[in-house]
Amino acid sequence: MNRQLKLLEYALAGLTRRKGKNVALLLVYAFTIAALGSVLFLTDALRSEARQTLDHAPEMVVQRISAGRHELIPRSYATTIAQLPGVRQATPRVWGYYYDALVRANFTLMGVTEPETQIKDLQGQLPAADNECAVGIGIADIFGATIGDSLVLVDAHGKNRVFAISGIFSAHSALLTHDLILMPEPALRAFFNLDPTVATDIAVSIANPREITTLAKKVRYHLPDTRPISRSEILHTYDSIFNWRSGMMFAVSVAALIAFCILAWDKATGISADEKREIGILKAVGWNTGDVMAIKFWEGLILSLSAFLIGTIAAWLHVFVLGAPALTPILKGWSVLFPPFSLQPVTDPYQILVLAFLTIAPYLACTLIPAWKTAVTAPEQAMRS
Amino acid sequence: MILHPGILALLGGSLLSVLLLIKASGLGLTILLRWDGTSSSEQQLALEHKTWLISSLLNAGLGFQIVSGVLFLATVEAIHPLFVGAMCATGTLNANLVGWLVLLVKGLLFFAAALWVIFNRLDQRSEDAPLLRPKYLALLLITPLAFLDLTLQYSFFSGLHPDIITSCCGSLFSEQGQSVLSELAALPPVTAMALFFPVIAIYYVLTLCCLRSQNALLRYLLFITVIVAFFIALAAIISFISLYLYQMPSHHCPFDLLQAHYNYIGYPLYAGLFGGTLFGLLPGLAAPLQHHPSLSAHIDQLDRHWLWISLIGMTVFLAIALWPMLFAPFTLLRSG
Repeated sequence: MNRQLKLLEYALAGLTRRKGKNVALLLVYAFTIAALGSVLFLTDALRSEARQTLDHAPEMVVQRISAGRHELIPRSYATTIAQLPGVRQATPRVWGYYYDALVRANFTLMGVTEPETQIKDLQGQLPAADNECAVGIGIADIFGATIGDSLVLVDAHGKNRVFAISGIFSAHSALLTHDLILMPEPALRAFFNLDPTVATDIAVSIANPREITTLAKKVRYHLPDTRPISRSEILHTYDSIFNWRSGMMFAVSVAALIAFCILAWDKATGISADEKREIGILKAVGWNTGDVMAIKFWEGLILSLSAFLIGTIAAWLHVFVLGAPALTPILKGWSVLFPPFSLQPVTDPYQILVLAFLTIAPYLACTLIPAWKTAVTAPEQAMRS
Repeated sequence: MILHPGILALLGGSLLSVLLLIKASGLGLTILLRWDGTSSSEQQLALEHKTWLISSLLNAGLGFQIVSGVLFLATVEAIHPLFVGAMCATGTLNANLVGWLVLLVKGLLFFAAALWVIFNRLDQRSEDAPLLRPKYLALLLITPLAFLDLTLQYSFFSGLHPDIITSCCGSLFSEQGQSVLSELAALPPVTAMALFFPVIAIYYVLTLCCLRSQNALLRYLLFITVIVAFFIALAAIISFISLYLYQMPSHHCPFDLLQAHYNYIGYPLYAGLFGGTLFGLLPGLAAPLQHHPSLSAHIDQLDRHWLWISLIGMTVFLAIALWPMLFAPFTLLRSG
């Protein structure tokens, strides 16, 4: 133990003696790790964000499909679904998109049926009268509006409608409410000119999660023109997409990793005359091959661990402090996500383990043979060269 | 095939370590054929130099194999949400049954690789390397095993299709099933305890005796006891230790322990068991080597270390297993 500590000390001293070469290698190594680490951290953060968001989503959403496209669903379907054993509640929802030409942005308009429902993160009140609405922080910002101000929207008949803002959602729930406008359901129907017998979709609440698949089958059986989508299906899809995308990014980054390994190999093979002489002297004073290899091993490990630490911290800062500007367009999706949300800093020990495996193992592996070649050189030959 | 970073790390790392092992085996074969300890020719010197390269390649390759078992378990655990019906690692392993085989091979590789590395270090301490031939012969067996591990892993991960509906641990480790694992779960806790506690007690007595005496027979007995204790402990984890750790009378899964929900308690539990078993095997394996004069002093010195490490590992395992039995409110057996 004591011997290994002494060797470690010697290795550290050796590394500081050859500062220029090692710092260059360390920086390139740390950069490679930071690039790979950013992909891992960002995907993981997006995945957990998606999971948290969907935590509050209904267990199942039923849409109507007509000619292969999403169609408005009759409200009577909700009654049929609610009668299936196992269904706690089936609520028809009315919502839609609205393009505002003035600010060139899409808003989501949604109807509220029960004004007394308590919603967290809402400053002010939910709309009670037909000419009131509650808006997300993004909309309040874009119009520079506060509670009590008016919002003018153009309805399906091309007429201007004035709504008084009764409440604003706080930035906490930005991912869900950034572009949202809530208004009473009758007002929304009038706005979109919707028939009172139809809804956009039906949110189904199911008490026992094990019954979701069976209930989905039953819904399809009784109402063949519908498409039930379960929450877990959405989660699986998110998981698969994020895994696939991060895997793709990873596969691309492997090229960088290989390039780095070639650099490391090259650096380890091309040792300087000084270093050769040093090893020659060490062997001449009685060090054996094993000792020299142990030094080389410690040097590699110190370099790897330092680069890993720097790279991981850099990746963490890149993703969670700067918001991953280099990666978000690729990983988030091809349609630009509208709400600018800050990622929750989640660090899973598993991700760190994977990153360590992917970066430290190849480096150590590709410096083994050069280290051995250096270590077995005969002392007189090493000193003479 | 799922392009998951953990899977890429496992497959890439396994490929790398198999390449290192193949290179080392090639060199090892040359040494086996041409080695002549009494010669001082240039060729023999070159071969002696190569032994250093081999051990360095193998320390890296086998080191990876040892850690890859942990990464495999963690990955299988991490990808379970992709499979409908899977609630832990069991679900992923059931999605493609080759997974169980991978787990078995990884277990074998863990012990084989760790023993090789330890005996190689022992051999390198001596001047005349008496274990050279057996150790390189063993290497020729480990390399195919590592290759088998790589191919099995590839067929496991490439055969995983996220649309497969797998059964969760609830049905595999339930008491009504037909599989071997169900048989273990059905092993009544009282029977399992009646096997587990005596064998652990024997282990402790033997280890303490070995610490006081140099007798080789005691070490052979310890070797056998450790192997028996290892399998009984695995059965005990499924049969009753898991019940106490989950605080549930019907939850037998040995993999849920690895989840963050249970504070990753499975990792120290299995690390203690595997480490304790590995180091418990060593004194028995090293005892026949005592007749090599160049090794016996080293073995005497290491023997105590091994026994202590084994004792610490087993105690960690036992402490984690016993803690909820003694201090948690959950009661499985009531006297009277």
